[in-house]
Amino acid sequence: MRDSKRHMRTAAALAAAAALGLTACSTPGDDDSVPGVTDDTVVIGTHQPLTGPAAAGYSTISAATAAYFAYVNDNGGIHGRSIEYVIKDDGYDPASTQTAVRELVTEEKVFAIVNGLGTPTHSAVLDYLDQQGVPDLFVSSGSLTWNQPAVYENTFAFNADYVTEGAALAQYAVEQEPDAKICVLGQDDDYGEGILEGVETVVGSNAITDVQSYTTSAEDLTAQIGAMMQAECEVNVLGTINGFTAMAVGTAAQMEWFPRWYVSSSGADYPTLAGYLGEDLAPVLLQGLVSVNYLPFSPDGEWVALFERINEEYNDGAPFTGNTVFGMSVGYLFAEALAAAGEDPTRESLVAAVESGDLVGNGILPLSYSADDHAAYRGVGITIVNEGVQDYVDAAYTVAAGQVTAVEPDPVPLENEGIPG
Amino acid sequence: MDRLVFLLSAGLARGAVLALFALSLVIVWRAARVVNFAQAAMAVTAVYAAFAVTSATGSYWAGLATGLATGALLGAAAERGLMRRLPHHAPLPGIIVAIGLVMVLQSGLAIAFGPEHRPMHPPFSERPFMIGGVPVLSPYDLFVLIAAAAVMGALALLFSRTSLGLQLRAAAFAPETSRLLGVRVPRMVTLGWALAVATASLAALLLVPTELGLNPHAADLLFVNAFAVAVIGGLDSPVGALLSGIGVGLLVSLVTGYASASAAPLAVLGLMTLVLLVRPGGVFAPKEARTA
Amino acid sequence: MKTPLRALLLTALAIAATFGLDPFRNYQLATTAACFAAVAGLTVLVGLTGQLSLGHAVLMAAGGYGFAFTASAVDGPWPLALLAGLAAAVIVSGLLGLLLGMAAARLRGPYLAGLTLALVIALPSAANALPLGGDQGARAPFFAVPEALSALIAVEQWHAWLAIAISALAVTPLVMLRSGRAGLRMRAVLDDETAAKLSGVDPGLVKAGAFVASAVPAGLGGAILAVATQQVTPGGYGLAFSLLLVVAAVVGGLGSIGGALIGSVLVVVLPWVVDQLVGALPADLGQRLNGNLAVLLFGAGLIAMTLAWPGGVARLLDRLRAARPKRRAPAADTGR
Repeated sequence: MRDSKRHMRTAAALAAAAALGLTACSTPGDDDSVPGVTDDTVVIGTHQPLTGPAAAGYSTISAATAAYFAYVNDNGGIHGRSIEYVIKDDGYDPASTQTAVRELVTEEKVFAIVNGLGTPTHSAVLDYLDQQGVPDLFVSSGSLTWNQPAVYENTFAFNADYVTEGAALAQYAVEQEPDAKICVLGQDDDYGEGILEGVETVVGSNAITDVQSYTTSAEDLTAQIGAMMQAECEVNVLGTINGFTAMAVGTAAQMEWFPRWYVSSSGADYPTLAGYLGEDLAPVLLQGLVSVNYLPFSPDGEWVALFERINEEYNDGAPFTGNTVFGMSVGYLFAEALAAAGEDPTRESLVAAVESGDLVGNGILPLSYSADDHAAYRGVGITIVNEGVQDYVDAAYTVAAGQVTAVEPDPVPLENEGIPG
Repeated sequence: MDRLVFLLSAGLARGAVLALFALSLVIVWRAARVVNFAQAAMAVTAVYAAFAVTSATGSYWAGLATGLATGALLGAAAERGLMRRLPHHAPLPGIIVAIGLVMVLQSGLAIAFGPEHRPMHPPFSERPFMIGGVPVLSPYDLFVLIAAAAVMGALALLFSRTSLGLQLRAAAFAPETSRLLGVRVPRMVTLGWALAVATASLAALLLVPTELGLNPHAADLLFVNAFAVAVIGGLDSPVGALLSGIGVGLLVSLVTGYASASAAPLAVLGLMTLVLLVRPGGVFAPKEARTA
Repeated sequence: MKTPLRALLLTALAIAATFGLDPFRNYQLATTAACFAAVAGLTVLVGLTGQLSLGHAVLMAAGGYGFAFTASAVDGPWPLALLAGLAAAVIVSGLLGLLLGMAAARLRGPYLAGLTLALVIALPSAANALPLGGDQGARAPFFAVPEALSALIAVEQWHAWLAIAISALAVTPLVMLRSGRAGLRMRAVLDDETAAKLSGVDPGLVKAGAFVASAVPAGLGGAILAVATQQVTPGGYGLAFSLLLVVAAVVGGLGSIGGALIGSVLVVVLPWVVDQLVGALPADLGQRLNGNLAVLLFGAGLIAMTLAWPGGVARLLDRLRAARPKRRAPAADTGR
């Protein structure tokens, strides 16, 4: 027992020594400079799952965003400042997110957090960012949490929210096949629940034939797909991430069951799905797959041509997927916001720029940001896979207050080589 | 009724894989009195080797053989290089080294192959046979069941009928006496590790084609469930691993099908609590020695 | 020196040290304090009674949830909310510890490990099944810097103070317990259950009691994290974190409270240091290295450390001290 006393003393001495060895500065400082902004750089940060099980689906997004910023920097930056994008790995673990974001804010002194990824992860730092007054832009998740301007003044969503996606998918399904039996398979979190809620607003909760869920740690979907098959589902609306979409489609095909698939944008990226299913099977199995989107990923569009060029030049020619388009679109929107924040941007002017409603982004529908609306996209366009090519068809919907309205898509044209000025 | 048949058949194939992996934990426990927390990471490393060979040669069987050999080598290397150097009386340093090994292997694999899922194709069709309109086992499921049964049978024969098996058991249960009787105890322990990791690799090799694809974390959940299976069955009992593996496989399938996927871990926890309340050493625990 | 006095001194010392730290380091210090409380509980449990728990993260989460819900519900001055929250953390984690302890009294090493592992895996499901707020978890109240201090210290430092005070509250009774009669009974049961029984010690009671005594500091550790992060989510208390607690206990040296402190500092600071080192490497080493290299180096370091000093850092310090000739060094306590 005596040794424990000595250990305590040794440990205390070690702790004290460690404390002294570190740089000191603890009192709350007041200086007028804007964090993260110098004459020639703007430092921003993000938290992303670069390791761990979620890395498979998402680790390519931040690389694409970084590549876009490198492209902007090589072309003069924004107002003469280059954008430095600090990417911290959180392994999709909320505890790590807490540490990573605090490090970004207090050590890296970032100007803003951009595109922090994940509902459970980003929820963990929402209050902290609010207290610190750090702009929290374009969160990478379709949760409704990010759109609470009264509570979180500086937090803005990027994805179309899951309820909107679910409602649009269901609306299109009802228009195509009014009498089909509709079923829902969703992830057992806010994602699956949001999609289900969206479907319910359109068809009513009693009209859904079967509802199944899965956990991301699950190994297979055999039980769920078997149950849906026996419930004789005809239209399956999926709130699943890419891997589980592929698994659902693949498992059903093994059972020689070929229902119609209506999939949320977060789980319907054709190149990614083809990677799971194999290039030979994918065009067959995914034929007719219906999804929604709001970003310019038409294979022959001008935005994709630009992004492919940036991907080749600044991203080592990494596989070009929906994640690439997503990451670069986020980068574009931030660059646009930074440009609009003025010659000498402050955190206030950045938030004001987003709230002004003047940002156009690069989506197929107008952005809906305003002072009392922090959602990015209130509507989505329908996409369909045909012979291995996924593209928009002529249908788009906006969703407001439980009402789905058909609208005309209004894509933003590419200007100035994709560099906001 | 249809649904019940379907869920039972789906659970059976998963259960066989679980049982096989649990058996590998039992082997290493019997050989060295440690629970190898790195078993999943080592098995997945072996599957990557199999994947590389199958991609290069186009032969599933060449890949399978490579995977098993890699697993055996990894097991032997981990025992010789790491575990042997640790004190024998305390089990915890072994667990910590295994945790370190998991970090090294998984991040090493992610660096070498990337984090994404690599699709692995099964050697047989996964299209189930239809019996009265109900999909039941597929040819690949049958292959899994047969392979698992064959390996378990072979291991049972090895341990009960051969001199090598006798030496393995003796080295595990009475190392000092065995040494005096001329058994090379260290060699037997190494062999036990090699056998165990090869078995685990087979389980992972059978599992991955039914999953999303190969990924550094592909066997994480398999390990966790198999550990539960081994505890429920009794860590010293290969028969326990087999039966409780099938049992847990069926339970998970039924709970997922009738309740929800997220209820499955709770069901496993509940089953384990129940079993341990009644039999603290697992269902097939050997009779406990009198302590007082 | 009496234990409470020493604890007071160390607490004062730690609080003084926060002035030397910038906000991020103070946040890390608060996290370390949370880990320290939990690891101290764990190290006593494993070191003195030989019961291996892989589920201490769940006990932390239990304390965290108890704290978050209670402190949010209290409508009054902040010290009242804080104390009510802490009391709830103690009660909730203590009750869960009692349940586990009753099971543990019947189970041997790996079986207990298996049960606690299954508990960790089931936590996210439980958070969804029970009214605990699902994946998003529960909000805990934000404790702002009191007015009198607000000109002097930043909020991170204030939270570090609270963290240090709570962890002192959690660990001091544990130290007293460990060196008192209860500690003797625990060692007796570990050394020889039969002999302990013969001398009138009930091993089941001792084991269950040890589990409760170990669960309460873990629960307070969870409360500390809730104070520092204003949040309790099931994802933050996963298997990886739970295993990290075991790593901290073993690397520090089982059974040693000082070792628990060293271990906690190591598991909080080491990944960060490795990350900094990796960050200093030339960029463009490729996307795949990003994040993974840090994990790889941490794992390799863990293996190397355990191979070099299987008894943990505390044992190493013992040996170094014993090797010094002049001091009259009593034989180091090599028991587990």
